[in-house]
Amino acid sequence: MPGFTISRRKMLAGSAMLLASTAMPALGWAQAPKKGGRLVLAADSEPRNLNPAIVASNGVFFISSKIVETLAEASFDGKDGLAPRLALSWEGAADGLSATFKLRDGVKWHDGKPFTSADVAFSALQIWKPLQNLGRTVFKDLASVETPDDLTAVFKFAKPTPFQLIRNALPALSSVVPKHVYEVGKIEDNPANTAPIGTGPFKFGEYKAGQYYRLTRNTDYWGKDEPYLDEIIYQVLPDRTSAASALEAEEIQLAAFSAVPLADLDRISKVPGLKVITKGYEGLTYQLVVEINHRRKELADVKVRQAIAHAIDKDFVVKTVFLGYAATATGPVPKNDPQFYTGDVPTYAFDVAKANALLDEAGYKKGADGNRFSLKLLPAPYFNETKQFGDYLRQALAAIGIDAQLVNNDSAAHIKAVYTDHAFDLAVGPPVFRGDPAISTTILVQSGIPDGVPFSNQGGYKNDALDALIAKASETLDTTARTDLYKEFQKEVAADLPLINVAEWSFISVARDTVGNIANNPRWAVSNWADTYLAG
Amino acid sequence: MTRALILLRRRLVGSVFVLLIVVIGTFLLLEAAPGDAVDAYIVSTGGDAGMIELLRHRWGLDQSELTRLANYLWALLHLDLGQSVTFSRPIRDVILERLPNTLLLMVSATALSFGLGSALGIYAGARPGSARDRFLSIGSLALYAVPGFWLGLVLIVIFAVDLRWLPIGGIETLASDKTGLDRAADIAIHLILPVAALGFIYLALYLRMMRAGMAEAWRQDFVLAARARGLSRRRVVLAHVARNALLPLITMLGLQSAQMLGGSVVIESVFSVPGLGRLAQEAVAARDTPLLLGIILTSAVLVVVINLLVDIAYAFLDPRVGAGEAGA
Repeated sequence: MPGFTISRRKMLAGSAMLLASTAMPALGWAQAPKKGGRLVLAADSEPRNLNPAIVASNGVFFISSKIVETLAEASFDGKDGLAPRLALSWEGAADGLSATFKLRDGVKWHDGKPFTSADVAFSALQIWKPLQNLGRTVFKDLASVETPDDLTAVFKFAKPTPFQLIRNALPALSSVVPKHVYEVGKIEDNPANTAPIGTGPFKFGEYKAGQYYRLTRNTDYWGKDEPYLDEIIYQVLPDRTSAASALEAEEIQLAAFSAVPLADLDRISKVPGLKVITKGYEGLTYQLVVEINHRRKELADVKVRQAIAHAIDKDFVVKTVFLGYAATATGPVPKNDPQFYTGDVPTYAFDVAKANALLDEAGYKKGADGNRFSLKLLPAPYFNETKQFGDYLRQALAAIGIDAQLVNNDSAAHIKAVYTDHAFDLAVGPPVFRGDPAISTTILVQSGIPDGVPFSNQGGYKNDALDALIAKASETLDTTARTDLYKEFQKEVAADLPLINVAEWSFISVARDTVGNIANNPRWAVSNWADTYLAG
Repeated sequence: MTRALILLRRRLVGSVFVLLIVVIGTFLLLEAAPGDAVDAYIVSTGGDAGMIELLRHRWGLDQSELTRLANYLWALLHLDLGQSVTFSRPIRDVILERLPNTLLLMVSATALSFGLGSALGIYAGARPGSARDRFLSIGSLALYAVPGFWLGLVLIVIFAVDLRWLPIGGIETLASDKTGLDRAADIAIHLILPVAALGFIYLALYLRMMRAGMAEAWRQDFVLAARARGLSRRRVVLAHVARNALLPLITMLGLQSAQMLGGSVVIESVFSVPGLGRLAQEAVAARDTPLLLGIILTSAVLVVVINLLVDIAYAFLDPRVGAGEAGA
């Protein structure tokens, strides 16, 4: 029976085939990133100031993080969630009065001058502390920066400052700009604010207002063989439907920051050659929050606030408003935060009967028309999702006898109405969690903040216990003790409900298959893209 | 003094008052809108009380409304449009950068709607009540009823996404370093879809007007006389009927220019054309009052100039116009 004889040769050939087939995908992954090429992507806004040391915002980082680098970047697997950039190591003193940064050697500015500790000292003292939107808070106690040698910068603080906070602030707040460029003239009027000079993998090329930004490869970059791309072009596409069409027409290869609306994702994920990516934004979490004006006597009653929390079906919101691209929230720290989050807090299950009972208990009985009282509801216009949630909240409140009048404003008018004029009862806002509650989260519930400060407690809420907790955490140096205080903070906020956290979400990228090394860190869209490449 | 010059002088004097009213009205309207440039700016940055105060001071927003209006008018008297808050650049430069794109779009779209509209109007009006007349009238009305942005999106889906014949938007290929004729051809290709979207909407207007004017002209004695003289139908239609129906269309051309500017706001956004319309929209959102004033002033001058040109053209086309004014 010759057909059944298994020869040694056939056997070998067979196993070789098997081996090859299993090894094949692995070979594909191991393929070395290709050099060269132009990456074209969608940009929906044109920031007036591109200096990330002055304006620490995602809109600015999106473009300038490729040009100007920070001391450290967020990382999925690095120690304390960080990867070195301009700094190689960092250490805080036990007394909280100093922090030492060892800097990278052989780094050059785009104009050829060497990068030294003097640049770090200048950026920290002259820009981050006095001028930067977030740095003015985090670095408020920074007294001086000593530079014993060119590669060492020692931050000295007037008051003990938790090093955990400084560390967590590094990815967003520590953009270093060249001293020799900025020391002449007024920093705010420096031409480098619109044509940045940095140490990053890409140089600023040109900007055509209303059309595009062009970044070109920095041939002197410190990263070995990096960057891979020759050019990055940000194409300005103001219309919300353009990004999806431009991807389909292959005019752009990438749309980050949810430039493609959620409703289009299902369709576009079926287009051959395009992929939908939900990773790479873990460090940029937005929180869907109901802001409450505690000056309204009804809302000053915790039972009423609890009733509102019970009236909101968070799962429905995630499924319908966010089409599943979000998570339900339990409190002021998002679930995906690796350091501070605790789920061990009071929760409010969706329960209309209980909500109605709480309102009855609080003494607000339903009138003849089925209403208990009316409220003014102002959804923030910055995202489609905040507006849609406003519509949902109005219906959810109607179900418990609260008549909410929707007031729709544009961005400037909304900011003024809520944060300066306090002309709201409820508002829907999207505050950002920036890796540490002390950066922009505690301010949402803390008392004593002047009128007009956006994204802060402008609802007249005052809770002495919570204020004391926030104050204590801000001066606690031990990382574990500090983390525990913020867990307690989450419990207190969830119990007393100065605001109601509904959901947490971040952005989506849509890209061509050919774009490599996407989403490989938690702040990918605002990182330096030195290793991003175009295959094929 | 020639008729045209007298007309010009009268118009210019009147225009200055119109422009002054436009500027003051716009300023007050924008001041009445809640929130200022700093409110619009901090949406994307946040910031503490000290930073906000600093910004208001730097941008001059801590001065009273009257002071700012007076300062603006004083600078305007010296032909200075001021500094844009959003762009940190002189407003004149920002506007001059965008103006050619909007002009190109407007002129091309007007040429399309006027040229094709009147041609189709003549075709339809040559045989009033015929099948082709009814088809064209209804078809053009349907186009007129379509919202501009929708027509734009449909054109994009068909010609840019599905067929990939034409670019999806923009005024030229990005960062292509093209020059001369290559660049002109590139811009022309980019303009096809936006010009079609903007032009087709206004096509109906010219078509219907031409047709109505022709229907009117058919009943005139001189047409009867022309026919009695035994002229060919073709000659009667073109030289007598259509020519007389053309005059009101020229008037419409001037009036339409203002409308076109409005329509270009939407079309420029849909097709990512960096023009004045989109800039105006951005200026309102950013509460950049001086920039918006600059844009509105530019548009107002544009409309005034176009209407002036139309009047002058009219005076030459129709000797009856301006005859009475010549003695004044």
